Amino acid sequence: MRYDVAVIGGGVIGCAIARELSRYRLRAVVIERDCEVGLGTSKANSGIIHAGHHGAEGTLKGELEWRGNQMWDALADDLHFGFKRIGDLTCAFDEDQRATLRQIMQQGKRRGVPGLELWGPERIRREEPHLSHDIVEALYAPTAGVVNPYEACFMLGESAVRNGVDLALEHTVTNIRRSEKGFDIDASVGDDATPTLIKARFVVDAAGLHADAIADMVDAGGFRIRARKGEEYLLDKRLVGYVKRVVFPCPTPTSKGILVIPTYDGTLMVGPTATWADKGDLTTTAEGSAEVFAGARKLAPGISEKDCIAEFAGLRAVSDTEEFVLGPSRVAGFVLAAGMQSPALTAAPAVATVVLDALRDDGLELVAKDDFEPGVPAPVRFAELSTAEQRSLVARDPAYARLVCRCEIVTEGEVRDAIDRGARTLDGIKFRTRAGMGRCQGGFCTWGCMELLHERLGIPLTAVTKRGGDSWVAMERLEGTA
Amino acid sequence: MITPKPAHLQPRYDVVVVGGGPAGLAAAVGARESGAERVLVIDREPEAGGILQQCIHPGFGLHHFGEELTGPEYAQRAIEQTIERDVDVLSSAYVLDVAADRRLKVTSRDHGIAILDAGAVVLAMGARERTRAAIRIPGERPAGVMTAGFAQKLVNLGGLLPGRRAVILGSGDIGLIMARRLVLEGVEVEGVYELMPHANGLNRNIVQCLHDYDIPLHLSTTVVHIDGRERVERVTVAPVDDSFRPNMAQARDIPCDTLLVSIGLIPDNELAHRLGLRLDPVTTGPVVTSTMETTRDGVFACGNVVHIHDLVDYVSEESTLAGRGAGAYATGTPSVPDNVRLTPGENVRYCVPPTITTDREHTVYMRVTKPMAPCTLHLGDVYKRPLRYVFPGEMVTLKVRPRFLEGFHGGSLPVSIVPREEGGSA
Repeated sequence: MRYDVAVIGGGVIGCAIARELSRYRLRAVVIERDCEVGLGTSKANSGIIHAGHHGAEGTLKGELEWRGNQMWDALADDLHFGFKRIGDLTCAFDEDQRATLRQIMQQGKRRGVPGLELWGPERIRREEPHLSHDIVEALYAPTAGVVNPYEACFMLGESAVRNGVDLALEHTVTNIRRSEKGFDIDASVGDDATPTLIKARFVVDAAGLHADAIADMVDAGGFRIRARKGEEYLLDKRLVGYVKRVVFPCPTPTSKGILVIPTYDGTLMVGPTATWADKGDLTTTAEGSAEVFAGARKLAPGISEKDCIAEFAGLRAVSDTEEFVLGPSRVAGFVLAAGMQSPALTAAPAVATVVLDALRDDGLELVAKDDFEPGVPAPVRFAELSTAEQRSLVARDPAYARLVCRCEIVTEGEVRDAIDRGARTLDGIKFRTRAGMGRCQGGFCTWGCMELLHERLGIPLTAVTKRGGDSWVAMERLEGTA
Repeated sequence: MITPKPAHLQPRYDVVVVGGGPAGLAAAVGARESGAERVLVIDREPEAGGILQQCIHPGFGLHHFGEELTGPEYAQRAIEQTIERDVDVLSSAYVLDVAADRRLKVTSRDHGIAILDAGAVVLAMGARERTRAAIRIPGERPAGVMTAGFAQKLVNLGGLLPGRRAVILGSGDIGLIMARRLVLEGVEVEGVYELMPHANGLNRNIVQCLHDYDIPLHLSTTVVHIDGRERVERVTVAPVDDSFRPNMAQARDIPCDTLLVSIGLIPDNELAHRLGLRLDPVTTGPVVTSTMETTRDGVFACGNVVHIHDLVDYVSEESTLAGRGAGAYATGTPSVPDNVRLTPGENVRYCVPPTITTDREHTVYMRVTKPMAPCTLHLGDVYKRPLRYVFPGEMVTLKVRPRFLEGFHGGSLPVSIVPREEGGSA
């Protein structure tokens, strides 16, 4: 297989880059280790589109946060993923922290972030009555938003594929060699002994936690990526609306702290922790849970462990300098998009444009396509439709009348559509439709989703997995038993 | 299995029952008995019967039908009773909303989106299982951690197995039943681990499902960690102290590919929330009167939506009563207001119903906090009864007869269960 550009890594950064590439007349491929895009760091983060004022001046993280922030409305219009600007509040509990708020506010103003306001206790009580009465002042930023990060990733990937980008799933890059015309990439596929060869004139390293290992394969690196784990805890729907904006404690030089996050769907999430971890360590811990709930209670005292319906951990890809490692490398044609920790999700659309500029500088011709289609069809969200809309939908296709997930009100038609648009696993369905995300955590809908994967993909029920690999759910009965 | 399918939906029913498990089916029968003409049961599955359909073991029906039945047999009896009484059952359907004026929005495979008005509504949605997240077990989140009820569905309805070697956390009845079921299927069950110092399931299930199959039950022990990137590879268990803190010095790793959790049921009352019903903080179900009416006029509730039952037989009895109340309401017969409040006293977690009348017999269900034997149940100072033993996993039932309350003219009656000296008088 021969391509102009190979993007290694199908997370939100790789998918954003792929979609940018798909605007031009060239052949591109995204090489992804997992059986779907977006199942790594991109699905396990806070889902915040940061307001633009937090990142320090003169840093890529700071500048691209604000540039990226401004690009999300247009993306969401085209790609129909969940995104809304709900604003954020950074809270001060004492005079020192009030001074920090003013400093952040000035930083944001200089960058051009609009609408920043300082709120006193009365305003805070009125707007967010469940926040702690110990908060003496808060900095309000209306430009902050929340996004369903996995949906954004799926839709960016889908848009790229609709515009001609290839997706090489379950391909693990094992070696890269420089060749006369660029790079020869070996990728192992499943249990196959012989690797698949992918040839590309240009390579983009968007391999997240493994970006250092990938870059080292052609000696383009010289940086290390370490994993910093964040644990997050999702709360019962009882608390929808309890807090309306993303709430931050006053940041310290090393951390944004424990936040209270009203996710796009309204469910509250609290977290994240920040501890160094191994690159595969997605464990949640008793200490993490204690830290998160203590931190959340400091901001909103009514939040309790008892309301937890799910927890998860994600791994931030952190470079030695803590800064993004972005742009040309010391090897011509090999472009880096590494060290993508917060605010990388916010910055992703801007990161993609920086990468394309670097590719152009290295000699890639970017000729715009006439037939680039920016949009994708909007997925059906039965629960969000009016009764009249539900009626006409169901009259057209009765699969939308049958509930699969009762906690989140997801119909068979929506699960079927998710599979037809790329879901291969129970997690893939869950993150596209919300089936299994609610308070019963899949107790009711898992079987229905398994049956639909079996029907639509023509695979046995025993081949259905939670998220690919060896994450099987059920096995055949044993020989010789009743 | 036959479930009658209505060819047309009526715009108005005397009684609409939400849920076609044992509670809903019995409520529909009760509603017909008390004079309701048009009664509709709405059920989410293609066949009514609820969770009984996956409970293929025997042990159901001794109280209600006078013989021992399997779950599907019990369900079939209940379905037949509704057929005999011309109850409509709308299957593969789901109630999206109920308004205070008892207007329901329903979606179904056969009839699309429908709006129905009900003279009375009975909520009988049952319960859901508590999951791993409810107790936040630390560790990874691999496939292979599942509720006992989901495993039961896999095995009994799907003809599949959840894994080869299982650990069971929690000694709830479903977990105990599944321990035996998996052993019969050739799956190795390493043991059942229970946080509390006593088991949570019925005593007969401890004996018939664990003892008879040599499956160890470890009390005051819990799972403290789950390992496995993709599929469960091992769990760590540790004993706990009196405040349920694990003693990590005595922690032990168990290689396994499956962890079943059977750590209790929660009334599934999304619709109760939507209706703004008052909920009991102990049961988490709606507060009901002695006719099982909730805090909204004409809305009744029964079965596991109200409180978690131990035997389905009691669900059927309670739900028949709720159906009768709903039928009476729909046909314009007012109920006698309750004039006695039962207040939980020593070793009584809750009483359902929490209020009764002095004019007729009532069955009161209660749960205890801790095991006790022998003991005496006191109903204020008007009545007492010796009990051989009480156990948190088993409900205590008390028939309150009008003669107990002769001379009692309303007000509060504490209900308590206190220890009794062996050999002493009650």
